[in-house]
Amino acid sequence: MGMIIKRKPLNILERLYVPEIVRGLSTTFGKIFEKPVTLEYPEQRPTIPEGYRGVPTLVKDPQGREKCVSCQLCEFVCPPKAIRIQPGEIADDSEYAHVEKGPKEFDIDMLRCIYCGMCQEVCPEEAIWLQNQFSMSGYTRKEMVNNKAKLYELGGTLPDQHFKWNKKKEAAENAAEGGHH
Amino acid sequence: MEINPIILKFVYAAVVVGVVMGLCSYAVLAERKVCSWIQGRVGPNRTTLPLIGSIPVIGKFLTRLGIFQPVADGAKFLFKEDVTPAHVNKFYFIMAPVLSLVPALTTVVVVPFGRYVTEAGEIIPLVLADLDVGLLFLFAISSLGVYGVVLAGWSSNSKFSFLGGIRASAQMISYELAMGISVLPVLMWVNAPGTDGTLSLFDIGQAQEGLWFVMWMPLSFLIFLVCLFAETNRLPFDMAESETELVSGFHTEYSSFKFGLFFVGEYAHMIVGSCVITVLFLGGWNPAPFLTWDYLGFGDGILGAVLSVGTFMGKMCASLFLFIWVRWTLPRFRYDQVMRLGWQYLLPLSIANLIVYIFVIYFLDTTSF
Repeated sequence: MGMIIKRKPLNILERLYVPEIVRGLSTTFGKIFEKPVTLEYPEQRPTIPEGYRGVPTLVKDPQGREKCVSCQLCEFVCPPKAIRIQPGEIADDSEYAHVEKGPKEFDIDMLRCIYCGMCQEVCPEEAIWLQNQFSMSGYTRKEMVNNKAKLYELGGTLPDQHFKWNKKKEAAENAAEGGHH
Repeated sequence: MEINPIILKFVYAAVVVGVVMGLCSYAVLAERKVCSWIQGRVGPNRTTLPLIGSIPVIGKFLTRLGIFQPVADGAKFLFKEDVTPAHVNKFYFIMAPVLSLVPALTTVVVVPFGRYVTEAGEIIPLVLADLDVGLLFLFAISSLGVYGVVLAGWSSNSKFSFLGGIRASAQMISYELAMGISVLPVLMWVNAPGTDGTLSLFDIGQAQEGLWFVMWMPLSFLIFLVCLFAETNRLPFDMAESETELVSGFHTEYSSFKFGLFFVGEYAHMIVGSCVITVLFLGGWNPAPFLTWDYLGFGDGILGAVLSVGTFMGKMCASLFLFIWVRWTLPRFRYDQVMRLGWQYLLPLSIANLIVYIFVIYFLDTTSF
């Protein structure tokens, strides 16, 4: 509901102007001695609130495996088409061979990314996360494209409850032994 | 060895102008620092010089205080690209910044900044030229500063600049009157009947060994101060620049060093204005009302001269601080408000003030106590 604020007519002191100026001056003078409210940015960093959507990154599970299976859902959903994925097979000699696929290349062009977080939302493997980093800089356009290595470096490891890889592998081994899936 | 007095004058002039220019650059720093403190920020605190900056505690402290910032600012003005737009009148366009700086530096000539008492007890004013018509000279020359602004606005051939220049000249005309009339009581008191008439700023300063003029002519002081704000185009009255509506007014089209000249000119105006208000109303080089350095026993020789100059500089810096402080406190007036304040309030007020003091001074002079 709207509120009507009554405007009082100015009294004689207010109309004289000078006393009010003095009042204003004393306010600003007091401010001089107050602590600055600013952060000195590169040295002091702001505290990032939970759920912040910073630079998108790829994460590994606590056992050091890459979670991404290169399903390319994020690539399809990405509104500015910042993500480019080349799916690849996992090498035969890898411990996790034949279980699922993995990305051969994974590029996110940070000059296109709009930090919308749709990739994180759509990812069935919880492999792509928008984390706390909020500033990216580089001298060339090429530098601003995060490749797979960079994405894992930025992403690090996040806690995981599912350990889907283990279950998958177990299932695959059972199947190989002729058991049921 | 006898030094040619003319050469000596040149040296003095160079020193004084150098000091004023130095003060200008540090006034800019003070402006930035005080404004950031008022706004809860830190202000310039990164610029540093290689050697001095690396002294353990002091270097860090000075850097935090932004002491080296003016060097960077000056270098920036020197090395930025100097753009002269194609649509300007080149001759006047180049002349305008010079015309705005030169009067400001010329007025410094008549501003006394201290006194030196010789062993013979003779009082020598510390001033480049102790003119008998000092105050008139000062008003005359400092008003010329507005020509720079008007010329800049006109020669830039752009609407923003043009409006800025027009406003500056209108403002100058409106406030010059009230300003001149507001100092008349001071001059009437200094030129009491039976004395040699003088308009020398030094004599006005010397006349305040007792009560300072600000104490028994507060209204004159107030009017003078407001007019000074208007004359120097400082913020409540920055009609010439009008950042919020005219981009940056008369110097919209200027860049690099030409802009730097305007900038320095503005601050030089402020510094001279502070000096004048110190001499006219705030007791000049006397440390306190009814108290002079002579009375304290420090008045003679070099020590007395240094103390008097120090006192003067202290007062001047306080006055500069006031300029900055007011700028970051008050919002801008609208153009019509500026005109109304000047013509409808300050001018009648200053005339009324003059009439009252005519009677007051008449009674003070005729009745002997």
